[in-house]
Amino acid sequence: MINFLAGRLAVAVPTLLLVSILVFGLQKLLPGDPALALAGEDRSPEIIAFLRAKYQFDQPLPVQYWSWLSAFVQGDFGLSIRTRLPIGTMIAEKLPVTIELATLSMLIAVAIGIPAGIIAALWRGSILDHAVSLFGLAGLSIPSFWLGIMLILLFSVSLGWLPSGGYVPFFENPLGNLKTMAMPSLVLGAASGAIIMRHTRSSMLTVLKQDFVRTARAKGLSEHVVVVRHALRNGLIPVVTLGTLQFGQLLSGAVLTEQVFGIPGFGKMIVDGVFSRDYAVVQAVVMCAAGFFLLMSLLADLAYAALNPKLRG
Amino acid sequence: MSQVEILAPSVPVRTRTGWERLLREPAALIGGGIVLAFALMAVFAPWVAPYDPNASDWSAIRLGPTLAHPFGTDDLGRDVLSRIIFGARASLAAGFLSVAIALAFGVPFGLIAGYFGGVVDIVISRLTDALLACPFLVLAIALAAFLGPSLQNAMIAIGISAMPIFVRLARGQTLIVREEDYVSAVVSLGASHRKVIISHILPNIMPPLVVQATLTTAIAVLAEASLAFLGLGQAPPDPSWGSMLDAARQFLVEAPWMAIWPGLAIVVVVIGFNLLGDALNDVLNPRD
Repeated sequence: MINFLAGRLAVAVPTLLLVSILVFGLQKLLPGDPALALAGEDRSPEIIAFLRAKYQFDQPLPVQYWSWLSAFVQGDFGLSIRTRLPIGTMIAEKLPVTIELATLSMLIAVAIGIPAGIIAALWRGSILDHAVSLFGLAGLSIPSFWLGIMLILLFSVSLGWLPSGGYVPFFENPLGNLKTMAMPSLVLGAASGAIIMRHTRSSMLTVLKQDFVRTARAKGLSEHVVVVRHALRNGLIPVVTLGTLQFGQLLSGAVLTEQVFGIPGFGKMIVDGVFSRDYAVVQAVVMCAAGFFLLMSLLADLAYAALNPKLRG
Repeated sequence: MSQVEILAPSVPVRTRTGWERLLREPAALIGGGIVLAFALMAVFAPWVAPYDPNASDWSAIRLGPTLAHPFGTDDLGRDVLSRIIFGARASLAAGFLSVAIALAFGVPFGLIAGYFGGVVDIVISRLTDALLACPFLVLAIALAAFLGPSLQNAMIAIGISAMPIFVRLARGQTLIVREEDYVSAVVSLGASHRKVIISHILPNIMPPLVVQATLTTAIAVLAEASLAFLGLGQAPPDPSWGSMLDAARQFLVEAPWMAIWPGLAIVVVVIGFNLLGDALNDVLNPRD
C-alpha cells in the first residue's frame, strides 16, 4: 500500500507542477503590458508599480515563474485587485461554503444515484430501468444553471417555500442555512446523481453476471443476501472511486450554481474575478481547483486500493 | 449431401453495415433527428425565424406567448422564438468547432504518444494529466477570461479544455492497435512512421473517437451556454441561449417564458447529441 501511495504521489506532484506552469502561462495570453492587464480597471500608478515589482515582469520568464511559484507554495497567492484582500484569506473564507455545498450535493447524489442504479440493474429492461435511464440522460443534459432557475421559479416565485438565493452560515442559523442550500444542493446533486446512477447500474450488471454471484445463488442464499452481501459489496467498489472523483468535480459545477443562487463560495469567486478582471484571483482558483482534484484522485486511488482485495495484500 | 454442404448457407450472409445498424437504433433516429433539425434551423435561420432576432418592438415588451409571438417577447421587445432560432447558430457552431479544435490537436498528440512511446509519451501524457486535473468548466472559464470575451474565444477555450480527453483516448487506442499483426506487417515492409500512423492506425481508432466526439459536442454546447451565461461568449445583441438565460434571471416573476424556452432548447439539443453518441457507441463499440 505504501509503495502504491508513493507511486501515485510521484505522478501527482509533477502533474501539479505542470498545472502551475499552465496557470502561470495564462497571464501570457493577456494582450499588451501584463501589469496593466492584471491591474484590471484599477490603473493607479501605485498598483501597477506594485504588480511590476511583485511579478518581476522585467525579468526573464523562468525567473518570473520561479518567483510566482515560490510565493504560491508559501501560501502567498497575491492580492485581489477588487477587494484589496490577500487571495489566500479570501479562499480560506469561501472554500468552507463550497465544501458544505459539495458535501450536501454529494449526499443527495449518493442517495439518488446508488439506489436508482441498483434498481435499474436488478430489473433490467423494465419500466423502472427505462425511467432511471431517462433520469440519467436528463441529469447529463440539463444545464445546472437552468435547472437552478427553474427551481427558483417553482419553489421561490410560485410556491414561496424557499429563498431564491443568498447564504446564511450554518452556525448562525442552521435552519436558514439548510433552506438557502436546499435548491443549490439539489441542482448539483442531481447531475452527480445521474452519473453515479449510470455507473452503479453498469457496475452492478457486470457483477451480477460473475461466477461468485451464481455460486451464491446456487448455494441457496436468498436473493436479498446475494444482492446485498455479495453483489453490492463488489459492485460499489468502482462507484466509491467515482464518487470521490465526482466530489472533486463538484467544485467545477459549483461555479454556475453559486452564481445563480448568489452563494459567496469558491466557485463564485472565479466568476467575480472574471467580471472584475481580477486575473490573480482566477489563477489562484484554477490552481486550487486542480490541487483539490488531484487530492481527490489520490483519495479515490487509495479507496480503490483499500476496497479491492486484489490490491490490498 | 455432405455435412459441410448442409451447413453452408444457400444465400450469402450479408452483415449489416454500420449505417444500417445505426438506422435501426431508435436512440440514433431520435438523437440524429434532433441534431439535424436544429442544424437545419441554424442554417436556414433567416428564412425560418418570424422576426429579426435583434429588432426591438417597444410596444411589445415582455409580452407573454401569443399567436404573433408564440414564445413571447423579452425585456427589449424582441421575439424570443426568433432569438432561439438564431441562437442555435452560436450553440451548434461552438459545439462543432470546439470539438474540431479538440480533435485537431488532441488526436495527433495522442497518436504520437501512443505510437512512439518513451520520452515523447511521458511528456505528452503528463501535460494531458495536468490539463485533466483542471476541472473542465473552471479551465474553460479561465481561458475565456484571459483570451477575452467573444464567441470565437469561447470556442477556443472549450476546444483546449476538451483536448486532453482526445489525447488520452487516441493514445490508449493507438497502444492497442500498434500491437496488431497488420501494423507489424506494414512496419516490417518498410512503411514510414507517418504512413503507418495515418493510413493504418488512424482509420482503426476512428470508431471510439467518433463516439467521444459526439458526446463531447453535447458537453461543448453546455459549456458554450455556461460561458455565455457568464458573459464570456457571444457578444450582445446577437442571440445566444446562455446569454438569453442570463438576461431572463432579472425578470423571472414578470416574464418566466424568457427563461423557460432558451433552457429547453439547450436541453433538447444536448439530449440529441447524447442519444446519438450512446447509439453510435452501441453500434461502433458493441463490446462496451
